[in-house]
Amino acid sequence: MIEKSQITQILQNYKNDRYRLMDILLDLHKIQNYADTETISYLAAALKMSRVEIEETISFYHFFSMEPKGKYNIYLTDSITANMKNRKGILETFEHECDTKINSVSSDGTFGLFTTSCIGMNDQEPAAIINDVVFTNLTAYRVRELVKGMRNGLNLEDLMYENYGDGNNADLDVRSMVCNNIRKKSIILKKDYKPYTFVKSGIKKFTPAEVVQEIENSNLRGRGGAGFPTGLKWRFGSQSQGEHRVIICNADEGEPGTFKDRVLLTEYPEMMFEGMVAAAYATGSDIGVLYLRYEYTYLVRFLNRILDSMRKQGYLGKNIGGVEGFNFDIRIQLGAGAYVCGEESALIESMEGKRGEPRDKPPFPVEKGYLGYPTIVNNVETLVTAVKILHFGAKWYSEFGTNDSLGTKLLSISGDCKFPGIYEVEWGTPLTEVMEMCGADDVQAIQVGGPSGMMVSLKDLSHLNSTQLMKWYKPSGMEVAERFIDRRLSYSDLPTGGSIMIFNNQRDLLGEVVMNFMEFFIEESCGSCSTCRNMPYVMKTKLKKILDGHGVKSDIEDLLSWGKTLKASRCGLGQTAGNPILSSIFNFRHLYEKHIQSLTEYDTDFDLEKSVQSYQKFVQKEPVLFHMK
Amino acid sequence: MNKKVIATASLAGCFGCHMSILDIDERILDLIELVEFNKSPVDDFKKFTKPADIGIIEGGCCNSENVENLRYFRENCKILISLGECAIMGGLPAMRNGIPLEECLREAYLDGPTVQLNKEGILPNNEELPQILDRVVPCHEVVKIDYFLPGCPPRADLIWDALYALITGQEMKLPYEVIKFD
Repeated sequence: MIEKSQITQILQNYKNDRYRLMDILLDLHKIQNYADTETISYLAAALKMSRVEIEETISFYHFFSMEPKGKYNIYLTDSITANMKNRKGILETFEHECDTKINSVSSDGTFGLFTTSCIGMNDQEPAAIINDVVFTNLTAYRVRELVKGMRNGLNLEDLMYENYGDGNNADLDVRSMVCNNIRKKSIILKKDYKPYTFVKSGIKKFTPAEVVQEIENSNLRGRGGAGFPTGLKWRFGSQSQGEHRVIICNADEGEPGTFKDRVLLTEYPEMMFEGMVAAAYATGSDIGVLYLRYEYTYLVRFLNRILDSMRKQGYLGKNIGGVEGFNFDIRIQLGAGAYVCGEESALIESMEGKRGEPRDKPPFPVEKGYLGYPTIVNNVETLVTAVKILHFGAKWYSEFGTNDSLGTKLLSISGDCKFPGIYEVEWGTPLTEVMEMCGADDVQAIQVGGPSGMMVSLKDLSHLNSTQLMKWYKPSGMEVAERFIDRRLSYSDLPTGGSIMIFNNQRDLLGEVVMNFMEFFIEESCGSCSTCRNMPYVMKTKLKKILDGHGVKSDIEDLLSWGKTLKASRCGLGQTAGNPILSSIFNFRHLYEKHIQSLTEYDTDFDLEKSVQSYQKFVQKEPVLFHMK
Repeated sequence: MNKKVIATASLAGCFGCHMSILDIDERILDLIELVEFNKSPVDDFKKFTKPADIGIIEGGCCNSENVENLRYFRENCKILISLGECAIMGGLPAMRNGIPLEECLREAYLDGPTVQLNKEGILPNNEELPQILDRVVPCHEVVKIDYFLPGCPPRADLIWDALYALITGQEMKLPYEVIKFD
């Protein structure tokens, strides 16, 4: 058990506030890498909670544990791009060198080896997090070198390459080997804006209502993936009644293949925080929280330094920017590894120290969010963009993009291309152009918007009429029109939170890619709705049946109709969990049909003779079966 | 109009689903106008005297006789419906699937605390007796099933609506409340 005095100290730091359970558990895990039963009992008593309440939070998150872990804990990512770059070999080397199996701890307690969902390093896979330090571009040789170094007690930091990553990755407070890989800058990434200009001088020129109006004029839509109009969200938030109002920056970036927020957090943190200040000003908020996914822990010290310097300069705190009565401060809330916490209401639950299970809506967070206060949750990129819009004007911004999707979008491109990394492109850019940009000349399929998005081909689908297209199920509730004919990145055609993954013609789309995505959803479902808890598993099993050659024609139809039941789920995770299968059936049906038995309508592996063998053996009966006819 | 032929059977079930069929109350008179029953406990036909249009199966398969019976139904019915939890998922009988069959039989016939009279340790191996499967399986793992009517038991209204839709060739109305269980 952890020393009582240490627990008491941590509890005092958070004023025995049960709503800070996440922080308390994170701090405890720093002292001892798991929560033992006595510690949990002690916590429960001190926080006036039941043990189960604390245990259910612990068991929800990847990075919490109730079992002892190793001295070194290796979290190897299971993203599809890692798998495409020999993750299997890396894993085998880890298992061999650490003398343990995946998801277990070596017998001497030195190494814990665990699998984890995408850690936001898709452009530099295979990657692993070892005791909060990120190691990218792993090879079997590197793995042997790392394990040897750890066995010899070397500092993890010394085990990184001599060079740190580019830009702020080399900052003294970051010191990480992660690379930014910014390949294309446009209006948002262009460094033509001096941070804090808006807070320093711009803010006085606007009333809060004018800030909301300006953002509404720009038609800025949420960049996390769902695309809700930001101005509208700010307006709703400012109109809701509450003792406090809360601005949350959602940096939980869990959609596999997305890593643009990581780069913004590294290179543009000032603008992101400034965006939060602007949102706070517009909505009259006084509480600010950056919800940072645990995988990006290595950025915490650096981000806190920025916050400190903002406080010193008067950009946070009281009477910000010389506006009387505008008080606002930001704290960083770390997650503990859960994809579903990217959903805003789950994120709020998590911030309150609970399991990250999405809430029933309404009420929406803008009405009743964090601790019951009106809460505005915005993505990192949205906030950065908002600052630029406020500085240069909505009119300037609306010159870019298409009618329904104004401005630009940061893409995180990974997979089979020459230049994976961050690309800022205008909305409306055709996919073919994006492929040329990143040097992908052998393209079988593109996963737009991560596993919850769509798997598309570059193939022209104009031979299908709109009725045929309409028959297909509607992704994320957006209207399917003739939009499959001209594949462009936009909210009406191919909406994306930024994840673009490319697969070449050598890839086994169903066995390798779709299977990986389905396993991801099965792993990450919070289990609250029965549809999302069960259906992805059942669908995956059906896909396996098809791939094993036992599929019949009706199996494809079954998958399509079952996918619809997922719509009954409470949140976006559940509603889109069938998309890998549904969109691949739509765009790559021939791959399914290749495996289907065309001559039979039914296939089963049930064998009556085999099924009664154990009975016959036990009762010593001759193997004669009773026949009705 | 020719009357549709209906056949029903209860395999590894409790006859609760059949009770639910009877629960359609006076509508059974309407039903009789539309259909005739063939092999079914309702009229006690032991064998099919002619091919049926619709076969309704209650219960999953826990022994060889269930399997034979189910296959017999598949051969003789144009449309086969799994009725209720046991037919669809194995249901209560399938609770033994986590325990090896040998252990179940040992407990039932040899070692169980209530086994007192079976001093010679006789096991049920007469050839007249059906043979027990190593695990209880849902019907669709044995034969192709066309429709599934969930519930334990499925509500009489659901059965009535489904049969009525099938017989009259209309699409079944499935309002939200009917498919939303959570």
